[in-house]
Amino acid sequence: MRLLIKNGRVIDPSSGTDDTLDLLIEKGKIVEIKAKIETKGVKVIDASNLVVAPGFIDMHVHLREPGQEDKETIFTGALAAAKGGFTSIACMSNTDPVNDNRGLTEYILSEAKKKAVVNIFPIASITKGQRGEELTDMADLVDAGAVAFSDDGCSVENSQIMRRALEYSKLIDTLIIEHCEDKNLSREGVMHEGYYSYLYGLKGIPASSEETMVSRDTILAERAGATIHIAHLSVKGAVDIVKKAKKNKIKVTAEVTPHHLFLADSYLKSYDTSLKVNPPLRSKEDVQALIQAVKEGVVDIFATDHAPHTPDEKDVEFDKAPFGINGLETAISLFLDKLVNKNIISLKKFIKMISTTPALILGLENKGKICVGADADLTILNLHKEIVVDINTFKSKGRNNPFHGWKLRGTPAMTIVGGKIVYPFSSSKN
Amino acid sequence: MAFKHKHLLGIQTLTSSEIMTVLDTAESFFEISTRAVKKVPTLRGKTIINLFFEPSTRTRSSFELAAKRLSADIVNFNQQTSSTVKGETFKDTILNLDAMNPDAIIIRHSCSGVPQFATTFCQTHIINAGDGAHEHPTQALLDAFTIRQEKKNFKDLKVLIVGDILHSRVARSNIFLLQKLEVRIVLVGPPSLLPLEFKKFGVDLDFNLDRAIEGADVVMMLRIQLERQERNYFPSIREYRNLYSLTEKRFRRAKKNAIIMHPGPINRGVEISADMADSAKSVILKQVENGIAVRMAVLYLLLGGKEREAID
Repeated sequence: MRLLIKNGRVIDPSSGTDDTLDLLIEKGKIVEIKAKIETKGVKVIDASNLVVAPGFIDMHVHLREPGQEDKETIFTGALAAAKGGFTSIACMSNTDPVNDNRGLTEYILSEAKKKAVVNIFPIASITKGQRGEELTDMADLVDAGAVAFSDDGCSVENSQIMRRALEYSKLIDTLIIEHCEDKNLSREGVMHEGYYSYLYGLKGIPASSEETMVSRDTILAERAGATIHIAHLSVKGAVDIVKKAKKNKIKVTAEVTPHHLFLADSYLKSYDTSLKVNPPLRSKEDVQALIQAVKEGVVDIFATDHAPHTPDEKDVEFDKAPFGINGLETAISLFLDKLVNKNIISLKKFIKMISTTPALILGLENKGKICVGADADLTILNLHKEIVVDINTFKSKGRNNPFHGWKLRGTPAMTIVGGKIVYPFSSSKN
Repeated sequence: MAFKHKHLLGIQTLTSSEIMTVLDTAESFFEISTRAVKKVPTLRGKTIINLFFEPSTRTRSSFELAAKRLSADIVNFNQQTSSTVKGETFKDTILNLDAMNPDAIIIRHSCSGVPQFATTFCQTHIINAGDGAHEHPTQALLDAFTIRQEKKNFKDLKVLIVGDILHSRVARSNIFLLQKLEVRIVLVGPPSLLPLEFKKFGVDLDFNLDRAIEGADVVMMLRIQLERQERNYFPSIREYRNLYSLTEKRFRRAKKNAIIMHPGPINRGVEISADMADSAKSVILKQVENGIAVRMAVLYLLLGGKEREAID
């Protein structure tokens, strides 16, 4: 079916476009872009007063399938992504079993093909079973469809193995994503170490546990001449290390999550387990440094680290709750309200950080841009609509989101994947 | 008399006048425990549950005796023989006990924030009997009661708290309480157990006990847990003892009429020498005795008299 999107404010950072334009979509591709397109036999979408952007990409998502389908499935995670304005998501390897072999990667892709309303890109583990001991068959995994490698949830502790992974990644031109945490330093910690952890009597995760690993990994990437992506940057010290590494032309990129930008350690006064996340919510100074890093471009992209858990798992003593925030369905409104509407970054820069650059980092050639021939993955935004976050309306199975009740201005209005409208949901489905 | 709380979760939420109300009320209950018949009918018909998820000698029996001397019925919950060993969650445990309509549940738990968590889903009064490294409010109240008993008032006092500050809920509650009474507090311990951020509580820090103890009115020693050494917070018990044990020689540097306190249980010969623990300057057992009066006061203020309007 052909789709004509009319009168939208089309913003495409890759070409610098910011204009009122019509887009014609055919067979999953953008086939024409013009000020006025008149054609018959098409479904017309009136995008007046709306922003049409290249589809948003979240390269840090936990879909939990296979193995933890009580928390999330590929089906529900994809619905949550579509509702949240994402057309593509990359799913982390810490499923059960771990995505460390061709069979698992193929399984995820085939399930996604059958059930997911958005594009799913599997990230395989760096080491077998995420045990940090042996490298996975990386070339075979890339061939099967893995877009990157990460032992997310933990770091590759052994520096020699991390070095080998970075070296080997050059062979297949793939990306290593590192969750930077020295577990010897963070052990047993449940929140950011500092004044508030002492005040609330909770065990601390020091900033140094992230800083030492970011430092090590940028050094290893430099020596190997490889590319590394730092997941969920959370402390000022790590921002400084990434900044310096970029200055020295080390091939490093970094992401930041909404919760690390918009929440801080002092919130834990409530002992609300939906605030328990790893890396933890950091100090006010760290939050300021992260916002500055977004403005300066030290941080390249936004990602949610969507980590769903069942309500029961989170309804326990703070120490015993699992780490993780459910982020897919609130991220875009948070960024629009807290960054774009407050003029901290421009709308174009935001779209670049949530679509254009993630596509480049993951090497997704026909995504992250609006041009003739590109995939018809589009996110349409309503910048003016006010919403109130309500976890009970989530499509995700998880409810572990600390923004419940927040009033935010700006929200995804429509999500189009491969020329198909996947959000708002049609009445036949859901 | 101003004490309008539904729960006692910590010292942080109390005002100095509320603290004084507790101490004054405890004063009036103190004498009951010295009688031949140690019972008054104040809380007759009230039911209290003593819910201890951690081992305890003092706090648990102190709450039990306090309740009994006020004629309340008290049920002791023992984690080892409860359904939590069958996998029942903390929340389900509390919900079930709450369904039995108790007038108060006293909770001791190794996880910080648990009493506050309980208040989010249960109807009855919650009393914190120590949560993780967070707060132990009745301990701080009985310590303040003991200090007032010995020193008459809190004016111009220098109080030392010595030992494993990082992991101590007793230290925190005492810091919060004594701060509200404008007492000068000096925290003493090795840097690994005394993070600099504690300065933000408005207290002084000193790594050197010999220096810090000069002119102290109250020396409060904290128990040092042997597992801390295994985690390398300090190299050895021997070294810890050499640097931080309260010995007679060290104590001589404090004020002449200084007192020695300890929340118990003590490690004789580790953080405190046996002769110091047993000396005339030690009020350690008075703390235990006062604990009953203070807990009677807390139970009375939360549950006693006519139904009071609760504000939190």
